[in-house]
Amino acid sequence: MNVHDKYKPLTFWERTYLPRIWDGLVITMHHFFRNLWHFILARFGVQREWKGAVTFQYPEIRRLFHPRLRTMHRLTKRDDGTPRCVACMMCETVCPAKCIYIVAGQRPEKEIEKVPVKFDIDLGMCVFCGYCVEACPEDAIRMDTGVIEMASYSRQSLILTKERLLSHVPHPEYYTMRKDLELAAKPVQLRTESEAGVEAH
Amino acid sequence: MPLITIDGKQIEVEKGVTVIQAAERLGINLPRYCYHPGLSIVGQCRICLVEIEKMPKLQVACYTPVTDGMVVHTQTPKAMRGRKDVLELLLVNHPLDCPVCDQAGECYLQDYYMKIGQYDSKMVEDKNKKHKALDIGPHVMLDSERCILCTRCVRFCNEVSKSNELGIFNRGDHAELLPYPDRRLDNNYSVNTVDICPVGALTEKDFRFEARVWYLQQTDSICPGCSMGCNVSVHTNTERDHHAEGRRVVRLKPRYNAEVNKWWMCDFGRYSYQPVDDSSRITAPMLKDGKGGWIETSWEVAIEAVAAKIKKALPLKKNAQVGIWASPQMTNEDLFVLRQFNQKLGFNQVAIGVTPKEKPFSDEFLIKEDKNPNTRGAAALGYNLDMEASRGIYRLAFDNQLAVLIIFHHDLAAGFDPQHLATALGNVQTLVFVGPNRNTTSEFAHILLPAASWPEKEGTFTNFAGRVQRLHQAVAPLGDARPEWQILKLLGKELGMSVPYLEAADIFAALGQSVPAFAGLNYERVGNSGAMLKG
Repeated sequence: MNVHDKYKPLTFWERTYLPRIWDGLVITMHHFFRNLWHFILARFGVQREWKGAVTFQYPEIRRLFHPRLRTMHRLTKRDDGTPRCVACMMCETVCPAKCIYIVAGQRPEKEIEKVPVKFDIDLGMCVFCGYCVEACPEDAIRMDTGVIEMASYSRQSLILTKERLLSHVPHPEYYTMRKDLELAAKPVQLRTESEAGVEAH
Repeated sequence: MPLITIDGKQIEVEKGVTVIQAAERLGINLPRYCYHPGLSIVGQCRICLVEIEKMPKLQVACYTPVTDGMVVHTQTPKAMRGRKDVLELLLVNHPLDCPVCDQAGECYLQDYYMKIGQYDSKMVEDKNKKHKALDIGPHVMLDSERCILCTRCVRFCNEVSKSNELGIFNRGDHAELLPYPDRRLDNNYSVNTVDICPVGALTEKDFRFEARVWYLQQTDSICPGCSMGCNVSVHTNTERDHHAEGRRVVRLKPRYNAEVNKWWMCDFGRYSYQPVDDSSRITAPMLKDGKGGWIETSWEVAIEAVAAKIKKALPLKKNAQVGIWASPQMTNEDLFVLRQFNQKLGFNQVAIGVTPKEKPFSDEFLIKEDKNPNTRGAAALGYNLDMEASRGIYRLAFDNQLAVLIIFHHDLAAGFDPQHLATALGNVQTLVFVGPNRNTTSEFAHILLPAASWPEKEGTFTNFAGRVQRLHQAVAPLGDARPEWQILKLLGKELGMSVPYLEAADIFAALGQSVPAFAGLNYERVGNSGAMLKG
């Protein structure tokens, strides 16, 4: 038995597809004129609370992030400015993309004897799973910089070195704790280009 | 003989055997920190507690001799609880160094905590502070905070190396492992203390922070450091080449062989892996250009060049001979193919030995004077190990009577006067060097052929006592390097001689059939612990 037999044969109008095209156009036009009408009213200062289009004028207006969003990595520091990382390789071991490259070295202080000499993350391979943050026993790596723009012209500049990771700062103001993210259309001040993580080369 | 029942299984053991040994024979593995089969028994750590019927308290399995009719339970709640409490006691002052500790991943304390511990600490007091990262010897670092005072290392230094450097000082929770005043742990077997340390108190300086142990693969092999032929396992890191400065062979660990090295190996042998990833490795066939520099080339070109020189010298004339200087660093398989090669082409100027000018260090335990792993195998294959044969070729070279000289591995500067050697090697018309590393001899060569180093090939070595033991390939040959028998196969093809073998096992099978000393041997028979030569 042909599997298609269980479907009813299409009627003439259905085979023309025109009624369905008409239905689609009605929905599109409904939203178009509704948004247009709401924007015009909002421009003249009436009915501001009516919901209009959900488009954000990125990058001038940025949407706040969910507090659990994983953005570009950073290495945290101790009070004296040295990295908290002790090169235990937990993140390197757990990393499913194998994009973390740590070379361990010795430090003369005996309390913290092991330190990373090199700590590279290859963003070109990173899958932003956040396992490195989970695995870290020292809270040395976090993904709370709020930087999501990472495009680059070369693969080489996608490799974050230890120095770059240490220079990244957290941006709590990019995040929101509000549950209703639909409403979180608060504009966020633009960063200068040099602040924006990976720079275009 | 006493009959013992452990966890319902019965075994009859000879008198004097303790419960932990009897359990081991039954395949029951009890935890242990202080017990080591190669050392005396002290019952120090108390982690091997078991319940023995008719005894009121838990007993340590390592120190309790088996008596007839003894009934032991290892998995009862009482025994498990006892072991857990002992573990808790051992961890009272143990620092939380696991993230930075090199032992993590092969630490008995960590393993056993994950298996039966996993409790929350009840301690409110601070942990005791002791010495950290204390440099106690040329190869060993001590972290006495991590020490659980099992005294394995102390007993090793007293009983095996007999050098008595280490001791436990102070009492109670201030007790601390340290070397005696003004002593350093610098005997020739010092790194064995690192191997037997169940925790991370003693770590190896050479391996310190180089790689985490869970990245390493292990391959059974034989130490090439001397004719003792200690069984080792080669630890390699091939996945993450940014670790250990890109070295593929990261460390050697001794492997138990009751007939050869027991559980130990010497420090010289332990670092015999260093040339494997050294910058002196030859990675491609090379020809000397006119100005004394080297040009990398392909195997075809290099082999053709060598073959052309040999063909030119054939048939052999008295004043233009072909010399072969084999090496007891080569495996039985390589030497066998080389022997066939020499017989087929009629090369009779064959040497193998170079007696070093200075007498090398040796002792009564594991370090032999002969620093070549396969001297006995070469002798069994009919090579003339006498220095006279070597001097004969040397004299021919000096007298300008060698058209081609192929030197395998050797650094002749070890046995001959350097200036004299320069003249002798300079007088050879074509000098071919086959070996894994450059040395002073290779600098005189006209053609360099890269040979695979010992962890890079399959084969067998025959130790001083005639025990044939197996090398397994741990890493791929570096660059274009190949095992010597494959080089000879290529060369034989050019010279109209066929070497029919496809892998080392074929050669060893042929060796077993045609050489009486190796009769009846094959890789299965050699196995993991080796097999003796006949006669």
